[in-house]
Amino acid sequence: MLSGKPNRREFLKATGILIVSFSLPSFLKTAEAQSATSPKTVALDEVDAYLAIDPSGHVTLYSGKVELGTGVSIALTQILAEELDVPLASITLIEGDTALTPAQGKTWGSLTIQNGGVQIRQAAATARQALLQEAARKLGAPAADLTVEQGTVRARSGGKQVTYGELIGGKNFSLKVDKQALLKDPAKYKIVGQSIPRYDIPPKITGQFTYIQDFKTPGMLHGRVVRPPAMGASLQSVDENSVKDIPGVVKVVRQGNFLGVVAESEWGAIQASRKLKASWSAWDGLPEQSKMWEYVRATKVNKDDVTSNVGNAEQALQQAAKRINATYNFAIHSHASMGPSAAVADFKDGKLTCWSASQAPHDLRAQLAAMLSMKDADVHVLYVEGSGCYGRNGHEDAAGDAALLSRAVGRPVRVQWMRDDENGWDPKGPPTLMDLQAGLDASGGVVAWYSQLYVPEGGGGNVKLLAADLAGLPCEKGMFPGNIINNSAIPYTFPNVRTVAHRLAETPFRPSWIRAPGRMQNTFCNEAFLDELAVAAGADPFEFRLRYLSNDPRGTELLKRLMTLSQWKGPGSGKSTGGDVVTGRGVTYVKYELARTYVGAVADVEVNRKNGEIRVKRFAIVQDCGQIINPDGVKNQIEGNIVQTVSRTLKEEVTFDRSHVTSLDWASYTILTFPEVPDVDIDLMDRPTEKPWGVGEPAAAVVPSAIANAVFDAVGVRMRSVPFTPARVRAALQSA
Amino acid sequence: MGVQSSPFFKGKKDMPAKTTSLHVNGRVERITVDDPDMPLLYVLRDNLQLQGPRFGCGLGQCGACTVHMDGKAVRSCITPLSAVGKRKIVTLEGLGSLEKLAAIQKAFIAEQAAQCGFCINGMIMEAAAFLARNKSPSEAQIKQALAGNLCRCGTHLRIVRAVKRASVSA
Repeated sequence: MLSGKPNRREFLKATGILIVSFSLPSFLKTAEAQSATSPKTVALDEVDAYLAIDPSGHVTLYSGKVELGTGVSIALTQILAEELDVPLASITLIEGDTALTPAQGKTWGSLTIQNGGVQIRQAAATARQALLQEAARKLGAPAADLTVEQGTVRARSGGKQVTYGELIGGKNFSLKVDKQALLKDPAKYKIVGQSIPRYDIPPKITGQFTYIQDFKTPGMLHGRVVRPPAMGASLQSVDENSVKDIPGVVKVVRQGNFLGVVAESEWGAIQASRKLKASWSAWDGLPEQSKMWEYVRATKVNKDDVTSNVGNAEQALQQAAKRINATYNFAIHSHASMGPSAAVADFKDGKLTCWSASQAPHDLRAQLAAMLSMKDADVHVLYVEGSGCYGRNGHEDAAGDAALLSRAVGRPVRVQWMRDDENGWDPKGPPTLMDLQAGLDASGGVVAWYSQLYVPEGGGGNVKLLAADLAGLPCEKGMFPGNIINNSAIPYTFPNVRTVAHRLAETPFRPSWIRAPGRMQNTFCNEAFLDELAVAAGADPFEFRLRYLSNDPRGTELLKRLMTLSQWKGPGSGKSTGGDVVTGRGVTYVKYELARTYVGAVADVEVNRKNGEIRVKRFAIVQDCGQIINPDGVKNQIEGNIVQTVSRTLKEEVTFDRSHVTSLDWASYTILTFPEVPDVDIDLMDRPTEKPWGVGEPAAAVVPSAIANAVFDAVGVRMRSVPFTPARVRAALQSA
Repeated sequence: MGVQSSPFFKGKKDMPAKTTSLHVNGRVERITVDDPDMPLLYVLRDNLQLQGPRFGCGLGQCGACTVHMDGKAVRSCITPLSAVGKRKIVTLEGLGSLEKLAAIQKAFIAEQAAQCGFCINGMIMEAAAFLARNKSPSEAQIKQALAGNLCRCGTHLRIVRAVKRASVSA
């Protein structure tokens, strides 16, 4: 979707970051012409699904993975420019358009570069190979003698040249992606591996960027939703007279328990949503928050997932010289996006167009079609970037709301959630509970590890749309919290290990994934408990980890570099006790999903014994994500992961009464502020010849355990319940 | 289709709208609104198509909607239009443009100080008003000045570096 986007050429020119040589309008024409004649292919195995080259050599990159504010758009552009040998500035990116882009899956799980980027790279290599063959024919030179620079092919020996635009311009490749197409030697990379500045930052810092929250279409009305005051309440009656004096109100829309207002102006819609009188049934089906963990333990277990099983952990525990048990838990979190979710929908002539910041436009199309009993082909979803979502927040739900309201009024409707809609109704990161047991032998060696995780059942999928659910329209059944059992198994080679996830039949709120879902919670439990074992064994936490990472040279190298970066001198070495404030250091480590990006961290904290406040002063981070596409982009993600997760660890908890969420604003759902932000020192281990792995999540996973371990180092108490609020720290100190 | 709605509002004429003038980004704009107590944020975004100031909370808690009123950083989401009077409003668009960036905007680009960027309007407007008072602040002073502005992506470190850079380069 281009028309809602800033004109890249203009801002690039203005900022002088790159020399720009393309004209955006010509691309618009190409795309429009394509959709007007025959549908553009979006098949995952077709080169044309991913890229097109016009006669002047301009390249369009079609990506099903979308920019969520993490910087992937520049990284994907770099991958294409490098592999195809075209200038960066010749590329225009179209993302997340169900009519134009391949369905490369949701933009989640730190997979955009690792999966989406690799697909684009292979398509580009296939295209380049085909272009070279065509050039060889035209230039009368063997393909092996040809060289490409900036989209122009020539023979090494000199002579004539031909451009990509002349070879393919405006025509389809009509080629399957060749999995054998030779990839460029990373030693020759000029663009991949460089910190190319992001194209979206200049318009974002001048107010020229069009977020979904800004998107407008002609004839558009403004909608607001009116949610039940108690989450499971039924709508009994609505008094339309209560809003008849508000100027510009067009319609009160009611369907089942879905209630919304539509007005000519945004302020009219806001006022109408506040003044509309509706009566709802009582409902108090939420558990008592003060008994959250009893509730979790009492929830029916639908199945057990055994995520690892080595030897006989239960038997080895019985025979161990020393046994250690602990229970860890992690509160319910909100995505708490800065900009509440928004969407625009236009239901016209039996077809629906929806502009959304969904991280999964193709899946959203299917959900909207199902809700409205339409064919997928009659629904067109176009991605427009929104406020950062960090997972499945309310963007999709706002799209569902807008679709229902637009159908009811027959005009395009923009739905903008208010702050309490977002905090109250975004799907939540579910409560997580883990029981851990370990056995040590007489010399402090770990002989057994046994963990039992209590989390809702379900994996990735499409979280049901609120509008469909409230209106009683078709929607998904079941829960989709993300693959939250990942990293419940451990990276260490103990002789007896059993890790089990008890999958619960229900959880208080509609669950979904929030940055490093499960991986964060499970790494917290595992790495903090491992620290308990190291202390029990009288071992240095680095030495203890290295002892059991014997089969993983990359992990071993990473931890050694972390010792250097953090100037590690042993446990307690950072400790000082002057007055009420005590300092401490904690070590932690993750191999993400036990299969990819490695992160190690040392946290430096200050703990105030008197008031219980934890200040995180510094994080030292070493990360190995394989091949790095854009080093500054990776650093930006690591910094963001650390700061956001320090916030989640120290402060965040969704609060609720028996009827509804009560943390509905920033005073009741507090997040980290500037004076509380730690310094972050980063050492990136670039491995250009390895696969590129994801960076959007892994560094988040190490934060809670690093802080917990540092707090123990400082004051000798174990923080086993996120968030580590001052009250909890004081309570732990008092009972120590 | 089961949608219950009434033709109740069809053809209903709006209440008499009120016209007023507003000084924004060096120009006097004529504004017509139904409700003079409408927050300034919606005047800027919906009447004047200035989308630099953003809706984050509507409660004055996050800072995403920050604009300058007579040089002071204010939260436009809780500032009624009727309270503005003749005071001069400057939005992010009035600070600088892609063609003519303000020093602080250049600093944010140089430091790549954004992720999703939704909060950045507030960061720049708050920081610009602060730097006008304190031309060479310490890092701690910058953090204190921005303590009431929230960022969810965790871009704080870059934002502080950008403000520091702007202060040095100003």
